[in-house]
This record gives sequence, structure tokens and C-alpha cells, in this order.
Amino acid sequence: MRVGLFVTCLVDLMRPGIGFAAIKLLEAAGCEVFVPQSQTCCGQPAYNSGDRASAQALARKLLGEFEACDHVVAPSGSCAGMIRTHYPDLFADQPAELERVQRLCARTYELCDFLVNVAQLKSIKEKSIKTITYHDSCCGLRELGVKSQPRALLAMVQGLSVTEMPEAEVCCGFGGTFAVKFGEISTRLADNKCGAIAATGAEAVVLGDLGCMLNIEGRLRRRGDMKTQVLHIAEVLAGTE
Amino acid sequence: MQITSMHFKARAGKKLADVKLQAALRKLQSNFVKGRADRILELDNFEDIRAAAAAIRDRALASLDVWLEEFERNATARGAVVHWAETTEEANRIVCELAAKYDVRKAVKSKSMVSEECALNDALEAAGVEVVETDLGEYILQLAHEAPSHIVAPVVHKSRDEVSDLFEEKHKLPRKTGIPDLCREAREMLRPHFLSADMGISGANFIIAETGSTLIVTNEGNGRMVTTLPRVHVAITGIEKVVPTLEDVTTLLRLLPRHGTGQSITNYVSLTTGVKGDGDLDGPQHFHIILIDAGRTKLIGSDMQAMLRCIRCGACMNHCPVYQNVGGHAYGWVYPGPMGSILTPIYAGLENALDLPNASTLCNQCGVVCPVKIPLPDLMRKLREKQFERGLKPWPERFGLALWGWAARRPVLYAALSMMGVRLLAWMGGAAKLIHNLPFGGGWSGGRDLPAPQGKTFRELYRQHKRIDRINRTQQD
Repeated sequence: MRVGLFVTCLVDLMRPGIGFAAIKLLEAAGCEVFVPQSQTCCGQPAYNSGDRASAQALARKLLGEFEACDHVVAPSGSCAGMIRTHYPDLFADQPAELERVQRLCARTYELCDFLVNVAQLKSIKEKSIKTITYHDSCCGLRELGVKSQPRALLAMVQGLSVTEMPEAEVCCGFGGTFAVKFGEISTRLADNKCGAIAATGAEAVVLGDLGCMLNIEGRLRRRGDMKTQVLHIAEVLAGTE
Repeated sequence: MQITSMHFKARAGKKLADVKLQAALRKLQSNFVKGRADRILELDNFEDIRAAAAAIRDRALASLDVWLEEFERNATARGAVVHWAETTEEANRIVCELAAKYDVRKAVKSKSMVSEECALNDALEAAGVEVVETDLGEYILQLAHEAPSHIVAPVVHKSRDEVSDLFEEKHKLPRKTGIPDLCREAREMLRPHFLSADMGISGANFIIAETGSTLIVTNEGNGRMVTTLPRVHVAITGIEKVVPTLEDVTTLLRLLPRHGTGQSITNYVSLTTGVKGDGDLDGPQHFHIILIDAGRTKLIGSDMQAMLRCIRCGACMNHCPVYQNVGGHAYGWVYPGPMGSILTPIYAGLENALDLPNASTLCNQCGVVCPVKIPLPDLMRKLREKQFERGLKPWPERFGLALWGWAARRPVLYAALSMMGVRLLAWMGGAAKLIHNLPFGGGWSGGRDLPAPQGKTFRELYRQHKRIDRINRTQQD
């Protein structure tokens, strides 16, 4: 099974370790991982800011890069959601490309969703970390239905306990450019999230999207919490945390 | 109502710092969010009902003219008079003319957000008519000279203590603190108004084509008094509120109270059909229904038409993390929260509400809870596209995005720029690997650090790994 890894621009820039963790997990699940070198961004920032033409150009580029793969996997609910949920809208008035886009969409997955439902990963080795809480990122949860998959994967890790935080499904306040444009509101939402995380007493908050990670970690540190780790689920599962 | 949506950001900042407001807003989550979650469990085929409700609204909108004309025919046959108002000004003029015609000195009102759109109270007062709001929340706001901050719970931003103070000051009676006592005091103040009013003004949650009836859902009973006691009843509502049949309404009523107030059904569901007939004990002698367009027909056939499905339950704002933290006044017009972020730019002008379609993380909690399946985040995004097309986006955003989009289409250049960028950020992060101050990113670093990157991009490291792999393999061979 040839899997194209869409690393996502934020992982590429900010936390490359997540990309390698994803490769490790996909290979452990028996996939042949292919990483197109020319990949950049899925176009979501442009799409959500109203710049349809730029979004379309980037979508077209991604389509060319990944079309040859059996599956496309991204360690991000937000980028996988952009491809699967919103690419068809971008090409709604271009029937010739729409068909190609739809074929790609049907083969595109968020990492956990893919590991559980397609690759059917069965076992994960013991990890050093013991107590975590899980934040459900908005796009993964509400666009792709990623809720039970990460928990199923975490449940395979021996000796790891997951304590659910209150309002795990409420937005952390990132929202892409929203976090900069409406910094004060965004910070308040992040602060609420940090409070919910602290209430669980977990060593780490684990999640599946880099935007939320930067936002939550940034706020935790500013609040003076240098201890609570903020980990991508791929890092936890691959033991690279 | 005067629009102040241009000041969203500044106002939101103030609201975040308002301790009393923050405490008041927490009620929303405990009452309405939990209430909805509990009440929809009573329906074992909830998603089917939701789909049916959306279909009913779509069917009404697909032939809006047909249903409205049927409504007019049936309402007229039962003695009501239907007026058509293209603008809010026209609606105000019609009501003022009716007030003059029937020699109205006092009007009592039940809650109507459309009348807020029109600023009807101001128009009537200017015409010499005393207007008394009788919905408890609206009554409090009228005393306080404030605007509603929520479409279902207009006074959600006020605490009980603030209401106690207000009543003591305005009613000049000993201060009450318990909710039943405060309610009784308001009721005693309102009763003489009900009995002496010449005109009752209500809104309508729905208007029903097959019977010519208007329908309101209320919890306080004031709606019944307003629609039955005075000689003249004026119902004022938007043209999109029409539904074909009573059967349709029963489906929508299974969702509206559950999503609005977390109730299986409201205390009152009042259908008003025609004028007082021979042998009827009560009811108005004159019944006028004013159907307002005010921008609605522009949406028919447009990419924003789904917004007209809205049944004004308020679930989108109750569940919106932004609304939950800034409240309704920050939005600056009649309709706050996600639905307001769409309706305000549409009805009051895109350029008068530039922040609103952007004031959302697009987390889609609103879209998930909407009982008539309005894709609210998609509609906000469409408004962002219209802003972009019309050049209404601020230049730093346009410039930044254009640069990013341009570079991201050129992988070699992008790789070079990103390699430099991450090295710079890693250096800025220092030993703690945290960036405290972002030049050009004060919105971020005002309240958060930025975790610094590792220093090399994934693609760089991946190429190095590949190279090492290749060397290892050649050595093994």
C-alpha cells in the first residue's frame, strides 16, 4: 500500500519530528511511505481568508503531487479536512477536475483515522509518559469524525491513562489567521483550554493538529506552566516524544 | 437599530475584561448548551427530524412568493390585513400610520427582533405613541436604555443584582432580590399597561400559509396579552418566516424550543388567526400583519440563500466559543453570534461589518448544532470571499497572504525561504525555545509565546535521512 504523506506546512516548519513519527507509524502498519518533495501547503489559509484563486492553485498543485498514491495521509485533521471536505467546493464549477479531486478526497485521511480504519494498526509499544488528556481539534472532529480513533490508538498503549478534560470538543481559539487578527479573543479561548487541561492533572495534552498545539503550548508557557507537555499523537504513539 | 459592528474588535476586548459580563455569560453554557443536549435525547430520530426541518424550510423558500400569497389570501379571508414593507423604514411608516388611524396612544409589545431591525420603538415614540416592552428581558432593557445582547435571552448580559438595582431605581420600591419577587414586581408594573394599551405589537416565529395564522412561542404569557387584549394587533415579521402548513410547523416546533431554551416545548405556543369573531370572548378588533423584506429577497437564488432557513433559535450563539466569551453587544447590531456575523453584513452592508465574518475560528460548532442545518462557517467563508473580491480586506492581510500563496506555488523558492525562516525563528527562541515577542505578530504574542521551531524543516531533514539511507545501503552492498 503506497501512502503519500502530506506533512503539512506547519509540521514542515515548526515540528518536523511529527512528520518522522508519522512515517514510523505508517511503516509499522505496513505501508510504503512516499513523501513528495515539492509539497508545500494545502491552501487552507487562503481559502479561509477568502482568496479562492490562490487556494485553487495550491489545491491543483497538491492534486498533481499526490494523485499517484493509493492513499494520502496528513498528521492534521485540519489539512486532511481541507482536502476532503473543501476541495470539492473549490472545484465545484470545473467538472473535469472535480472528478479527479473527488477521487483524491475519497483516499485522503487524517493520520489516526487512517491507522485505525484503513491500516488497522494493532499494537503499540509501551511509552515513558503515563497520564495524558486529549484535545479534539475542530476540523478533525467535526469535518472528519475523528473522535474515537485517537482514543482507540491511545488505549493500545500499555500503562497509559487518558483523563478526559471538560469541554474537550470546544475550540482552543486558534482558527488560523483568527489567532493573530483577534488575538485577545483567541488568547481567552486558549486560556479556557489551558484551565481545562490543568484540571485533569495530566502530564501532557495530546492532540492531532499543529495549529492547536502551537496555540495551547504558547498559552501554557505564557501562563508560566513550563511542565505540561503538548504532544502530537503521532509523537506519543511512535515513541519520539 | 444603529449599527456599530465596525467596532467589534475594540468592543470585544472590553467585554473580555468585564468581570460581571463574564459571570453572566456562563449561565448560557449551563442552561442552554446543556439544556439542548439533554432535550434532543428525547427524540429518538433527532437527525431525521433535523433533516425534515431543513427540507421544510427549503421548500418554503423555493416558492416563497407562492406561500406568501397563499398566506395573504387566507389571512385576509379571516379578517386580517396584510401589508408588504420593502424596507424597515416602510414598515415603521405603516405602523405609525396604523397608530394614527386607530388613535393609538399606547402600544404594548412582545419580543420581536424584526422590530429591533426596524428600530420601531424610536419611530413610534417620535410619532407620540408610548411603547411598553412586556417581555421581561426586553422590559428590563427598556428601563436600562440598552439593546438586547441575545435573540432569545435579550438580557443575558445582566446579573440579577443589576436588575434589582435597576428596578429599585426606576420603580422606586423597596429593593427585591429574589427572582419570583422581581418577576412579581415587573408583572404589577406591566398589568395596567396591558389593560390600557390601544395597540399590541408582536413578532412571529412562523406564519402559516394554509391558515393565514401567525405563531409565537413564549414563556411568560405576555405574548397572549399583547395579541388579545388591545383593540388593534400588529404582527411584524420577515417574509422568510412563512411555512406551508400547520403540519410543517409541528416539526419545526419539536426543534425550536429544544435548541433555543433547552425546553421540550415553551410554556405557550400561540397561534393567532384573524380578528375577534361574533361570540368570541377576546381578540383584537383589527389585525394587521406587516411582512418585511429589508434585504431578504436579495438572498433568494444567491449562494447565501441557506441563511433564510434560520428559525432564530439562538443555538449557534449559545454554542459559539467567541460569543460565549464576548457576549452579544460586541457584534454591534440586532443579531449576534454566527448567524449575526452573516446577517449583519448582508442586511446592514458588508463594509459596515468587516470584522464579523472573520470573527470566527470556523470551528463549526454552530453548523453542527443548527437545527435547520445552515452551513454557517461556509457562509462566513463566502462573505470573506466577497470581502476579498471587493478589496475590503486590510492590506497587511492581503499582502501577507499573496506573498505566502505566491511562494507556496514555487517549491524551490519556498524551500529556501522556509529554511531561512525557521532558522531565524529558532534563533529568536533562544535557550528556552520560546519566542515572547513576534514582530508583525503582536496579535499572537500579546497573550501567548510562540514555541520556536526545531531549526530545520522536515523536508530538509527528510532529504538528509534519505541520503544517509542511500549511503548505508551502498556500503552494505
